[in-house]
Amino acid sequence: MATLAAAAPVRRETEWSVAVAGAALVVFLSAAPFVLYPVFVMKALCFALFACAFNLLIGYVGLVSFGHALYFGWASYLAAYSAKVWGLPPELAILCGTATGAVLGLIAGVVAIRRQGIYFAMITLALAQMMYLVALRAPMTGGEDGIQGVPRGRLLGVFDLNNEMTMYAFVAVVVLAAFFLIYRIINSPFGEVLKAIRENEQRAISLGYKTDDYKLVAFVLSATLAGLAGSLKALVFQLASLTDAHWTMSGEVVLMTLVGGLGTIFGPIVGAFFIVAMENYLAQVGQWVLVIQGAVFVICVLSFRRGIVGELAARLRVRL
Amino acid sequence: MLLMFEIFGVPSQALFGQLLLGLINGSFYALLSLGLAVIFGMLNIINFSHGAQYMMGAFAAFILLRNVGIGYWPALIIVPIVVGATGVVIERLFLRRLQKLDHLYGLILTFGLALIIEGLFRNYYGSSGQPYGVPESLQGGRNLGFMFLPNYRAWVIAFSLFVCIGTWYGIERTRLGSYLRAATENPALVRAFGINVPRMVTLTYGFGVGLAGLAGVMAAPIYNVSPQMGSDIIIVVFAVVVIGGMGSIMGAIITGFALGIVEGLTKVFFPEASNTVIFMIMIIVLLIRPAGLFGRSA
Repeated sequence: MATLAAAAPVRRETEWSVAVAGAALVVFLSAAPFVLYPVFVMKALCFALFACAFNLLIGYVGLVSFGHALYFGWASYLAAYSAKVWGLPPELAILCGTATGAVLGLIAGVVAIRRQGIYFAMITLALAQMMYLVALRAPMTGGEDGIQGVPRGRLLGVFDLNNEMTMYAFVAVVVLAAFFLIYRIINSPFGEVLKAIRENEQRAISLGYKTDDYKLVAFVLSATLAGLAGSLKALVFQLASLTDAHWTMSGEVVLMTLVGGLGTIFGPIVGAFFIVAMENYLAQVGQWVLVIQGAVFVICVLSFRRGIVGELAARLRVRL
Repeated sequence: MLLMFEIFGVPSQALFGQLLLGLINGSFYALLSLGLAVIFGMLNIINFSHGAQYMMGAFAAFILLRNVGIGYWPALIIVPIVVGATGVVIERLFLRRLQKLDHLYGLILTFGLALIIEGLFRNYYGSSGQPYGVPESLQGGRNLGFMFLPNYRAWVIAFSLFVCIGTWYGIERTRLGSYLRAATENPALVRAFGINVPRMVTLTYGFGVGLAGLAGVMAAPIYNVSPQMGSDIIIVVFAVVVIGGMGSIMGAIITGFALGIVEGLTKVFFPEASNTVIFMIMIIVLLIRPAGLFGRSA
């Protein structure tokens, strides 16, 4: 599993690089809505959070989930449904979607944790496909149409999220807080155990850690955060659709993380912005998106395994 | 005259009809999971592009018929060789470079290849299905008394059984197969005996991919030939592989056919669950016997 992680060995004194990059991210996000389309940045932020949640598993526990669209897509459905049909305010709708991600993650985690490596990837993919087929048929998801016209509502009854800038500020704050949470998880004693499992699970077991419990907690955390990303996306686009639950979405989050850099802190964020920008640009080329995505996968695996941020970090000899 | 009777309140016609359909699906599950198991045994990767290569097989048969006028029977020989040859190229160009890396990179790479292949076919043929006729010599069917059996479907079941058993025999009972099994256990030692292991790895991948191409040709007259036919089936086949475990060739064959039948029966008794039943069985098997029905270790 060790070869999977591209992260350079860590020295405590290089931690300032993370602070600098984090500050740069905050500055960028403050300026972005005045330069770029706010909807574009919000979309990229939702995917960035999704990719960071995924990276928590692949980069720090060495587990490859090929079914993360399950939590993203179903959280998005529940957030949209609770906002539109139950009339919940946005903060509760998001909570509802995020909780959906957590519950589904717990169920899928209990099943999938029982196998490792390649089997784990296949099981998560199969579970996601099963729930995709359910979404295709279930009356609440609206089938091919999805749930459209989801009201954004008033945050805490005060802030009107129909205002694009208010919505942007809300998304940016929530996503940044989630990034910080992930960073704290990675650097906590719990995170250290996860990394130990990634490097050598047998040894971690022999040291007395119940590795299956750690893996399950990490899995649920990852699914929960993916759920938060899906819920936010439902409110931003006022739409929850089958696309977000399809296996291609599970593939896309792998791609974003890989392009940005597996096991790096900022890699998934950079990767998400890169892929979302690429897809926006390629929208004119239409059908070729799938081929180009596939080609990026192949190139990354063959000759760019560290990803953009991983490569940068290795050049500068810092942690990013 | 067909005999009509009821089983558990279900007309025999419907029951046997779905059972037959289940056996057909099972034939493809068996052929595809067999290919996956052979490739996994030798290369230690899960070939994510297996579905795309199956789709390539169906399209190759379709293109041969429409553009060159070559029919089903020659296609049954030509297509697996052509698709297998593309597999050889893929192994040489890409997979060989990943040998020393984590197996999951193989999964990600073949996933990318699957996207490329599916995307290319979608560009040229759109996402709607193309029809491919049943070969003339296998048109029609026969009355078995309790059900009507179309000749082509009988052929698919018989031939896929033959191919599966043949592959099992080749790997488990011949000299070449014993080299293969030895090379999966200890490639360095087998090389020391003067056997060209890298070439064997390449040919194994080509063979597994060729099997997928063959399944594609056989599927062309039954399902519509469409770019997404591969991704639809491959995820189910993954579940089949998880249920059976990839340690045993015979296990892959038996699990494939058995799950096809179960799926067919579900269509009769609980139609709503028919497309998710294999996934549910996978969950149950994982909870009870995580290594899979025929798996040796986790």
